[in-house]
Amino acid sequence: MKRRDFMKKTIVVIAGASVPLSALDLIDPKEVLAANPEIHWAFLIDTYKCVGCGFCVKACKTENDIPFEANVSRTWVERYVYTKDDRRYVDSPQAAQYGFTEAKIDLGEHFGFQEIDPDNVGKAFFVPKLCNHCETPPCTQVCPVGATYKTDDGVVLVDRSWCIGCGYCIMACPFGARFFHPTEHVADKCTFCYHRITKGLETACVNACPFSARKMCNIRDINDPVTKIILNERVGVLKDEFGTRPQAFYIGLASEVR
Amino acid sequence: MVEHAMAVHGELWTVKELFVLPNEYIYWSIQIVMYPFMTGLVAGAFVLSSLYHVFGVKQLKEIARFSLVFSFALLPVAMMPLLLHLQQPFRGINVMMTPHFTSAISAFGIVFMTYSFIVASEIWFEYRKHFVLTTQTLAAQTDRSGFDNLRMYFFKVLTLGAMDISNEAIQKDHNAVKKLATLGIPVACFLHGYAGFIFGSVKANALWMTPLMPVIFICSAVVSGIALCILCYVVTMEIRKFMAKRKMSRWAKDTSAPTVEQLQSAETQEIAIASNYLLYFMIAALTLEILDMIFRGYTQVKSWDILREVILERDFNKIFIMQYAIGNVLPFLLMVLPGRTVRRTTIATVLVIFGVFMMRWNVVIGGQAFSLSFSGFMHYHMPFLPTNWETFREGFFGAVTVMATPFVIFWFLNKIVPAFLKEDEAH
Amino acid sequence: MKSHVWRPLFVVIGIVAAILLFRAFYVPDNFGSGEYGFMYSFHNKDNDEVWKQQPLKYRDTGKQKMHEYCGECHGGEVEIRTEDLHGTIPCENCHGPALDHPENPELLAIDRSRDLCLRCHTLLPYTTSERKRIPGIDPKEHNVDEFCVDCHNPHNPRLEDM
Repeated sequence: MKRRDFMKKTIVVIAGASVPLSALDLIDPKEVLAANPEIHWAFLIDTYKCVGCGFCVKACKTENDIPFEANVSRTWVERYVYTKDDRRYVDSPQAAQYGFTEAKIDLGEHFGFQEIDPDNVGKAFFVPKLCNHCETPPCTQVCPVGATYKTDDGVVLVDRSWCIGCGYCIMACPFGARFFHPTEHVADKCTFCYHRITKGLETACVNACPFSARKMCNIRDINDPVTKIILNERVGVLKDEFGTRPQAFYIGLASEVR
Repeated sequence: MVEHAMAVHGELWTVKELFVLPNEYIYWSIQIVMYPFMTGLVAGAFVLSSLYHVFGVKQLKEIARFSLVFSFALLPVAMMPLLLHLQQPFRGINVMMTPHFTSAISAFGIVFMTYSFIVASEIWFEYRKHFVLTTQTLAAQTDRSGFDNLRMYFFKVLTLGAMDISNEAIQKDHNAVKKLATLGIPVACFLHGYAGFIFGSVKANALWMTPLMPVIFICSAVVSGIALCILCYVVTMEIRKFMAKRKMSRWAKDTSAPTVEQLQSAETQEIAIASNYLLYFMIAALTLEILDMIFRGYTQVKSWDILREVILERDFNKIFIMQYAIGNVLPFLLMVLPGRTVRRTTIATVLVIFGVFMMRWNVVIGGQAFSLSFSGFMHYHMPFLPTNWETFREGFFGAVTVMATPFVIFWFLNKIVPAFLKEDEAH
Repeated sequence: MKSHVWRPLFVVIGIVAAILLFRAFYVPDNFGSGEYGFMYSFHNKDNDEVWKQQPLKYRDTGKQKMHEYCGECHGGEVEIRTEDLHGTIPCENCHGPALDHPENPELLAIDRSRDLCLRCHTLLPYTTSERKRIPGIDPKEHNVDEFCVDCHNPHNPRLEDM
């Protein structure tokens, strides 16, 4: 597949705010997609459905051998609480690997925990996050040795035998999706459970979510129900101002979610 | 800062405040502060030496040769902080094996090598006559000790077999030095400019991302390099004066050795000119840095809220007091107020070097002082006492080791290519 | 080229040649760019396969399929599941990864802790979130020191069915 074709197709997929009008005139999304049955993985997160149980984080850490004692995670859940007097609180204690079992908000070591009067809570919601497997990932662009890369089916991986551990990719990721693996001592990140999806299984986090807040699809397959949601519903992505074209789509984003 | 059963890299020295993403830590710490600082010194020292070779600033003759040797001594040290910082230092060679040229870091291997070759070749041309003479002197000795023999062969190898020291041949050396120095200036600027590019091109980081970054880095590099050369030059000249006064070393006993007065006048003159160049580059560096800050404050894009808190509140002392007041304004005044002396200039250079170090610190650490979520902060607590390899290499003593290494190398290098040569051996 | 001026250049060429020679042996053959071009997909192509070979831990996906599999031996528990309540929770969330169960491990380590239940049943006063639909308790007051499973049947938590 040529790179140009590829860009066109991607534009179709994220048809929305950031697309020049001229690009939309030329192509009928269904036609283009139907003609290209290749696989391209994408993720869909419905923030309305998430209750912050953190089973996704637990499953991810178990499936991918990220120690629970280590304060890093390939996926995490954030809690946003807005009070009626217009204060905003955000936290993600231990990446929510044990869920949110306290009403108090974790404000870090300086401030400790913040109690919030239940009557004062305005809106509150949970946002699961993971690597966006961007279409133009800045992390792979800046790798000095070619140790992190996008696979042909659109997943960003790290070559553990070649990574020198400079941390440039961690710095380049606008989403904080990367970290140093506590025992492998190389950059690590969500792989979309590449070993599972390539065998026709769901990712560990999608599998573990009891509320179907997380879904995965092949965005080239227009008959896939999840693809249909991405194409037909109003979905958004995180931090589109960086131009990385994320492939994790969200339903119900708020401007404070960054 | 909390001790965990399994500490993640960065967790040891990072304290989080408010909402910081789970994977965010201060991953780039003291060694990444040292890296642009040391490469800056390399580039700056080379630019100073080129002022004489390329632009023919005659007054800088002696300090030029000194800077060249010192720049070579600094070279391996530019690489050291990077290696100390890598999680997989033994794979560092991968940067040269499979360079991924869309990454600013991948240029390091190639630019660094090119630059090393240029500096080494330049030194070879500059010192070829010295190598030849030393070989010949040693060969003429009848009662050579084993060590002398070793020295003789070593210098013989260094000559690469080019034993011709006729005026014609020496003239060719001169021309080669000039050409290499000319070529070296853009390469030195590139070496450091791309260090600035490494930071300036990180679009995820609101503080780093500015096209001015490489230019700011080059200017401050030249500032720090010149300042360090002046400082080291003064120190070595003081030692030489001290020795000349007391006829302490072998060269000082020589009848042709310079007298204290000669040394004094040479020193004053060289320092006067070099510090003028230091001033020019300081003005350029400061202008760009202030421009960058004014621009951020004026345009007030999304990131400005958190940047303002970092720049004007949390890091105020580090930026405005330590970097600008102590590291820029004070030395500037010391140098421009009438009645400038060598001593005052020397104090100024120390402050300038400190100021440039603080600038590196404020860029590298300051850039990681706030969360990608723009809703939280991270504080850096540099490990002091080395309790294990990790706290050594990413701590105070790791930085001190990096800082001290060029002087050790210079000491050894000085035995082979003496930074101060007698007039008849020098060009 | 008789001039001595070129000698350093020969040394440089020698060093570069040595590095290139070393490189020829050192770099894996499959290093190259993928579909996304040099900028985004320059890598050792053998590594895709390395990730594909990562061992699985959790069983087949699709909650129904998993329940079918588990139901083959544990039919009773699967039977009483309430599709609207805990029936949506995959068995492995509480029972642990079960890919090769019952061979390996023979017995699953069941998480019966209060903390597991509290992931969903801590009372959080978030009326705009889906969380409001889940019954919640204050863990500091609701039968502290007792296991939830002592009173509630995790497979069918409806109290009236007990």
